[in-house]
Amino acid sequence: MNSYRHSVVLDVDKCTGCTSCIRRCPTEAIRINGGHAEINTDRCIDCGECIRVCPNNAKKAMCSKFEHYLHYKWKIALPAPALYGQFDGLDDVDSVLQGLKDIGFDDVYEVAKAAEIVSNYTRIFLKSEGIKKPVISSACPVISRLISLRFPYLKDNILPMLPPMEISAMEARKKAKEEHPELSDEDIGVFFISPCAAKVSYIRNGYGDYKSNVDVVVSLNDIYFMLLGAMKKNRTPTISSEAGMIGIGWATSGGESSAILNDSYLFADGIENCIQVLESIENGNIPHIEFVELNACIGGCVGGVMTIENPFIAKTRLQTVRRYMPVSKNFIGSDVNFVPDSFLTDSLPDYTPISRLSESMSESMRMMAKMQEIRKNLPGIDCGACGAPTCRAFAEDIVRGVANDRKCVVLEHNKKEETDEGASENDS
Amino acid sequence: MSESLNFHFDVDGENFVSAGQASVQVKKNLRRLGLPPEIIRQVSIALYEGEINMVIHAHGGTADINVFEDKIEIILADKGPGIADINLAMQEGYSTATENVRSLGFGAGMGLPNMKRYTDEMKIESEVGVGTTITMCVYLK
Repeated sequence: MNSYRHSVVLDVDKCTGCTSCIRRCPTEAIRINGGHAEINTDRCIDCGECIRVCPNNAKKAMCSKFEHYLHYKWKIALPAPALYGQFDGLDDVDSVLQGLKDIGFDDVYEVAKAAEIVSNYTRIFLKSEGIKKPVISSACPVISRLISLRFPYLKDNILPMLPPMEISAMEARKKAKEEHPELSDEDIGVFFISPCAAKVSYIRNGYGDYKSNVDVVVSLNDIYFMLLGAMKKNRTPTISSEAGMIGIGWATSGGESSAILNDSYLFADGIENCIQVLESIENGNIPHIEFVELNACIGGCVGGVMTIENPFIAKTRLQTVRRYMPVSKNFIGSDVNFVPDSFLTDSLPDYTPISRLSESMSESMRMMAKMQEIRKNLPGIDCGACGAPTCRAFAEDIVRGVANDRKCVVLEHNKKEETDEGASENDS
Repeated sequence: MSESLNFHFDVDGENFVSAGQASVQVKKNLRRLGLPPEIIRQVSIALYEGEINMVIHAHGGTADINVFEDKIEIILADKGPGIADINLAMQEGYSTATENVRSLGFGAGMGLPNMKRYTDEMKIESEVGVGTTITMCVYLK
């Protein structure tokens, strides 16, 4: 169970145990213990909220440095479309792609191109018979993991298609081998330029039985200044973008759903909003819709923790970039009515009931009853001083045997006052 | 073991915005008990519909969820207007909700039928002018 490798790492020396992150974590995965934060890896969904909120920059997303992987003979960059929103006054995507080549990549394969392919096939998939509606996008890895941990009933609603990043990795590798038959598999390095911490985990862990085609994840903000420097040189691009408005639209919330080309969709962003939407879908109290796009980050991928620019500013910049672009540059014939097998996946993380107290129902009931007892005594102010995000979570920790009630400062204070009062009464 | 676990909620009739909160809480608690997802879904939908009904028609009430080892019992009690014709109320699409409530997307006449659909047993006791008590049961086997 504990084998899931996360991208969020903690710098213990920087962490002051301030409790900011424990309250923000949507799955209550963090506790303060021994003066610093501890992440419960079973519960973590890599949403990056703790990275955003940490006032001491003690939380980081673990990524690879481009410089450490220069041994690949043929290095391919997969820029996420969110990258295009990071530059001031950018009016041509080609200069970004050229910049990537100038800093050392041998080729570039746009994730936005793969996104257009995915949009094409999503439209076809939505027409298939016997599928569970609404279909939920598989693009945001945080959402897929959240569903597997908390909304198992909705597992079959997830679009069984590989996300654009994977398809671009697959296609990029294929293209490299076709164009350069002398290259072996080990010679080719596929680098994803990521705005997102969760993609790092996705790539390291695979997806169910599926193993990722990406070799290295480079953080967008890590490569940004190097790229900016190369772009400033204003070389005439020798490479041209193969994505249109739809592909680049995937960088922001609503882009993927508008590409299904009908109005029967819902899109939401921000992890709390996504959780509420999933609750509603599970309870069956949303209107009939075909497609649901959920992005854990506010604004969509442009809101990823590894971006430079504010998501709303990045979105506005993308509007400029998208202007005068064709709707899409990737079509499939109108006679195509099936999705190729290589794009499909049925590998989904298994349902792991992270919140259950015990494997035995009667034991769980006893523990729950005990929790109710403990909570009656707790102050209910959710101060976080004990290291748990709420009094309820603290009661659960006590029952699970990982905390004891002496950690509650309010209880201890009251106890001390009682003894003090008792002592002064004895004096008089 | 005949012991049961009780979750009690006061459903606030004055605050429409908070309707559905008990359902969210119960869902979380049932997950902690490690119940199968399908059972959790049944209980939370039945409770949600019941909560909404109590807020729309009866100025709120109380919800008690009793978890036994073999079943989950949901008791919804209110001191509202009561249901004059239970058979009629059980018909899909029949609703006495006001225009106001309908404009919010409620009052489709699916509340009681859904509660019946998602539970294994349902009993309605109602007296006009006195109130309504609905007892539902979902078996765990």
